[in-house]
Amino acid sequence: MTEQTHQIRLHVNGVEHEAAVPARRLLSDALRHDLGLTGTHVGCEHGVCGACTVLVDGQPMRSCLMFAVSAAGHEITTVEGLARPDGELGPVQQAFRECHGLQCGFCTPGFLTTITAGIAENPDPTEDEARDMVAGNLCRCTGYQNIVKAVCRAAELARSGEDGAA
Amino acid sequence: MKPAPFDYARPGTLEEALQALAGHPEAKVLAGGQSLVPLLSMRLAAPAVLVDINDLPDLDHVRVSADGVRIGALARHAAVLRDPDVARVQPLVPLALANVAHATIRNRGTTVGSLVHADAAAEMPMVLRLLDGSLDVVGPGGRRTIPVAELYVGPLESSLHHDEIAVEAFFPALAKHTGVAFEEIARRHGDYAMCGVAAVVTVDGDRVVSARAGYLSVSDIPTVVDLTDALDGSISDASLAAAAEVALEQLEPETDIHATADYRAHLARVLTARVVTAAHENAREARS
Amino acid sequence: MTTKMMGAKVQRVEDDRLVRGTGRYVDDVAPDALHAAVLRSPHAHARIVSIDVDAVLDIDGVHAVWTHEDLEGAMADPLPLLIPHPTLTHGRTQYALAKDEVNYVGEAIALVVAEDRYVAEDALAQIVVEYELLPAVVGIEAARSAANLVHDDVPGNVAARMEQSNGDAAAAIAAAPHTLSLDLKIERSACMPMEGRGTVARWDPDQNRLQVWTSTQTSTGVRAAVAAKLGLDLGQVDVITPDVGGGFGVKIVHPWPEELLVPLAAQRLGRAVKFTEDRREHFISSAHERAQEHHVEVGFDDEGRVLGLDVRFWHDHGAYTPYGLIVPIITSTQLLGPYKPGAYHVQFDSLYTNTVIVTPYRGAGRPQGCFVMERTMDAIAAELGLDRADVRAANFIQPDEFPYDQGLIFQDGRELKYDSGDYPAMLDKIKELVDWDHFEDFRSAKAAEGKRVGLGLACYVEGTGVGPYEGAHVHIETSGKVKVATGLTSQGQGHQTAFAQIVADELGVRFEDVEITTGDTRRMPYAVGTFASRAAVMSGSAIHLAAKRAKEKALRIAADALEADVDDLEIVDGVVSVKGTDSSIPLGTIAVLSNPLRYAFDEASKAATQFNVGDPTKPPVAEDDEPGLEGKDFYSPPRSTFASGMHAVIVETDVETAEIRILKYAVVHDCGHLINPMIVEGQIHGGVAQGVGGALYERMAYDESGQLLNASFMDFLMPYVTEVPTSIEIDHLETPSPLNPLGIKGAGEAGVIPGSAAFAAAIEDAERLPITAMPISPSELFALRLAHAPHAEESK
Repeated sequence: MTEQTHQIRLHVNGVEHEAAVPARRLLSDALRHDLGLTGTHVGCEHGVCGACTVLVDGQPMRSCLMFAVSAAGHEITTVEGLARPDGELGPVQQAFRECHGLQCGFCTPGFLTTITAGIAENPDPTEDEARDMVAGNLCRCTGYQNIVKAVCRAAELARSGEDGAA
Repeated sequence: MKPAPFDYARPGTLEEALQALAGHPEAKVLAGGQSLVPLLSMRLAAPAVLVDINDLPDLDHVRVSADGVRIGALARHAAVLRDPDVARVQPLVPLALANVAHATIRNRGTTVGSLVHADAAAEMPMVLRLLDGSLDVVGPGGRRTIPVAELYVGPLESSLHHDEIAVEAFFPALAKHTGVAFEEIARRHGDYAMCGVAAVVTVDGDRVVSARAGYLSVSDIPTVVDLTDALDGSISDASLAAAAEVALEQLEPETDIHATADYRAHLARVLTARVVTAAHENAREARS
Repeated sequence: MTTKMMGAKVQRVEDDRLVRGTGRYVDDVAPDALHAAVLRSPHAHARIVSIDVDAVLDIDGVHAVWTHEDLEGAMADPLPLLIPHPTLTHGRTQYALAKDEVNYVGEAIALVVAEDRYVAEDALAQIVVEYELLPAVVGIEAARSAANLVHDDVPGNVAARMEQSNGDAAAAIAAAPHTLSLDLKIERSACMPMEGRGTVARWDPDQNRLQVWTSTQTSTGVRAAVAAKLGLDLGQVDVITPDVGGGFGVKIVHPWPEELLVPLAAQRLGRAVKFTEDRREHFISSAHERAQEHHVEVGFDDEGRVLGLDVRFWHDHGAYTPYGLIVPIITSTQLLGPYKPGAYHVQFDSLYTNTVIVTPYRGAGRPQGCFVMERTMDAIAAELGLDRADVRAANFIQPDEFPYDQGLIFQDGRELKYDSGDYPAMLDKIKELVDWDHFEDFRSAKAAEGKRVGLGLACYVEGTGVGPYEGAHVHIETSGKVKVATGLTSQGQGHQTAFAQIVADELGVRFEDVEITTGDTRRMPYAVGTFASRAAVMSGSAIHLAAKRAKEKALRIAADALEADVDDLEIVDGVVSVKGTDSSIPLGTIAVLSNPLRYAFDEASKAATQFNVGDPTKPPVAEDDEPGLEGKDFYSPPRSTFASGMHAVIVETDVETAEIRILKYAVVHDCGHLINPMIVEGQIHGGVAQGVGGALYERMAYDESGQLLNASFMDFLMPYVTEVPTSIEIDHLETPSPLNPLGIKGAGEAGVIPGSAAFAAAIEDAERLPITAMPISPSELFALRLAHAPHAEESK
């Protein structure tokens, strides 16, 4: 017996994708395997590590805790959608590079999406607020020291970017 | 860790949702899914049908009135936590919500879903119980209100019928001359607590006229204990210690890999004293 | 003059692709692959009576299901015992798929290959296995008692008993003015990289070749294992290590069953096949480490100098011994740290239990050794009423004593001979960093607030850069770009950056023009791997030497072309010039000249026509030369180089709740010359966080029947940002190693080694009760307080 599939449209990084997926296909798997957007990583599949975090209508959510069928109709942003329109690194990406906020890079996409939403809500976080922003994401390499620095630096870059644009 | 296959329905109306549920004895409701999806992925649960209620209209409300807070089935924890009116009318709700997992989980998880999940280690069932709230559910027979006293019937078990959908929770407003407090101790920030305690204290002047406390992770169903008599009107080291002993008589802390039963009981004592004191303080401030 | 890159905080070249989400991890390659899933034993110890897979083949989308019966030839034999040792008298390894018996929850029993992982897991659920349960041996106590055996033919559950000594420790202890005995214990933990294991394989029938991508710490090891097990020539197998999402030891090859089964499936099915381990599998079927129990006898003089030290310990290596005795050998030797006991004797038993296998996890036996030695130092200080730092200083090897021979044989079979270091200077630095001399003032101030604080110190020495060798190939292209290949792999250490720094300095080229490839057997088939803090020392040195060879050739050709003397040439930003003149030639042009071709393919070739090189009376390629501007070399050191460090931590233990809060964390570290201080500090940060995890949060909670109770990130408590120190203060000391051309030592594992020792010391200092087992939780501290309370009353 073949499993029934659902024809869905996923809006990801401003692009509409069509896919035929079984109801049980996790959003994380749909992004990675059906859409080929392998920047979103899967670290635990039980919602604890945060590696798979994407933005759903601008809010960070665990893509391993959503089904692709449930995500249809929402605007999804993955790490691939964080660069500037001209292809330059976005402020959070740039800050991670500057501050050595990553080592193996596997957890990084989840941090980048989380912080992107975080500094949109709080453009000038204190160090404590920066810590709070990333408190739900696991990293096994960096000891988080430079990630916290990167949050503050990203906010600074984002602020100066806005000033420049104004 | 991939879910077993299931049929999926995403009804656009409550009627359709109820029909979908009624048609399958093994159907389950999917709202935020933050507790359910891990269970599915680990294949600890394998419902034949998932009824995704996220498209149902008019269920994402957070309505605040003088008598309390009404939270719709699709209101995310984060939306409730952000609402300044909720904090004003019933501050215990945001105090507890801030301790529900991590921010990212709160963006998707629903408060009503957490109530229905009926986990005695979770914050919101205990808070609903402590505040004496209620849950509105809709079933084939129409809508009914389940008082919280009748909601939690066993470990991870509520009195919802299989063919019913919870649509709204009601958290009563903070009464006059009343203060609340919440504190929990977890191994890591954001984890399930080893023990958590919330308190609601009402004063007349400095005198405690009512004190109740709710407990997390030290019993198998959400548990609330009336500490009024034990406190005998005043807050002191001795009365707080007596109150904690009264509470412990009704709690059943258990040993697991994170904490022994003795340690949980100890935390229940410490936290009882802390939150009752803090709630008392808040009540006295609220008075003026 | 080009800026010197060595020692500079250069931003990483890896990051651009990793922050864009365009990195390539193993699960990202071969999107067309079939997916494999493994049926794993639900029992810790059982005989397999029967396996029925009939129901599986009816499932739509299933391509294959295999058990041990379906394996042939070498694949049907036990997996290799990778590092045999004469004392490993009863080594045992598992089969790729279990034959007759399973010895831990998680052991592989059957393989399913299906259209996707969802269907593959559906299929696993339909396999029916009948088991005859056997009693499980869980924990060191059960293993030692040997009431039950893990393997019927291994008496006492003892795989190995090993002994080493330097001097007569027993006699020294007997004659010492003071003696102490201690029992010290460390529990199981695990590496837990954010990416689990994974392997993809594709068989190319046109070329009769197998291509394997695997998330490994040693691609050449996987290649050799696959070739041997599948009966292929080495030349038929390519292993490519893509981006790896962390390793920390667990991705060392043994090989893992899936690293053989996936290539086999690809070959048999003629399709690309992928295995991506999930988190639960990682907990129950990848390796753990750390569990050991130790008994210490020590004799010392009035100044706290250790006259004799005798350590007996028991190592829980799990169900099999694929990686030999590396971990306990390291404990038994590296335990000595920066100290020179008068005499030392150590003996360990390596014991079978019905649990997941044990192989090195970052630090590899050193955290246990450091814990044992540093607890002993603290106990001596307490016994004599001396300052804990002074007791350590009294036992240090002195700067003028290097090279210092500890009189033991290290894990690599070589002498345990320290190359360099300056422990007294380091102690001064750590005391300064943590304000050691004023801690009692701080304690009093906190006590006045009703708070309880404690200070802990731990010192270690780490043998790094173990051999036997690494190699490098440097190729200067006609574009002037430099392509470098080294065989070991990368798991986040920033090798592409650090190695490019070395090349830029040695060759005189721009950093941006250097491209480093690691872990690809097509580019460098001779390599060992990335573990034991060896990559920078081994491959860094090899790359330096290979670049030197390429440079020598470039200068030779340039001298010919520019009609100048080699000694008058210099290379700056990729251009060779005669010093003090404007006569010059780019390296790209030299690359053209190095290859006497008849055809002009591009502008570079045309540009080269202005130069005449070579003797027209001799062959275009001289007898002792070869075409191309390349350099290849290998680095093979006589023995390990010894890094060192000291950590200090201040904790507050909550008077009411027994919660343990970190107030300050300080590190002094010596890994010789720093290639990139930013990367080294990043390694220390990560190591410290894992040290915090190992000391306060992480343990493998097995029940008596051998079920792992916390096989998820919910219950295995890896620190979030909220659990690590808010800042880590770091100071460096640089005592260069005389053993390699760059004067460097390894830095990868350092940060994690003293974690448990330092925290135990700080908690003991705060609580005034002995801390003898780690990790410690608030619940356990609370229990200790209760246990010691009556005694405290009595002593009043």
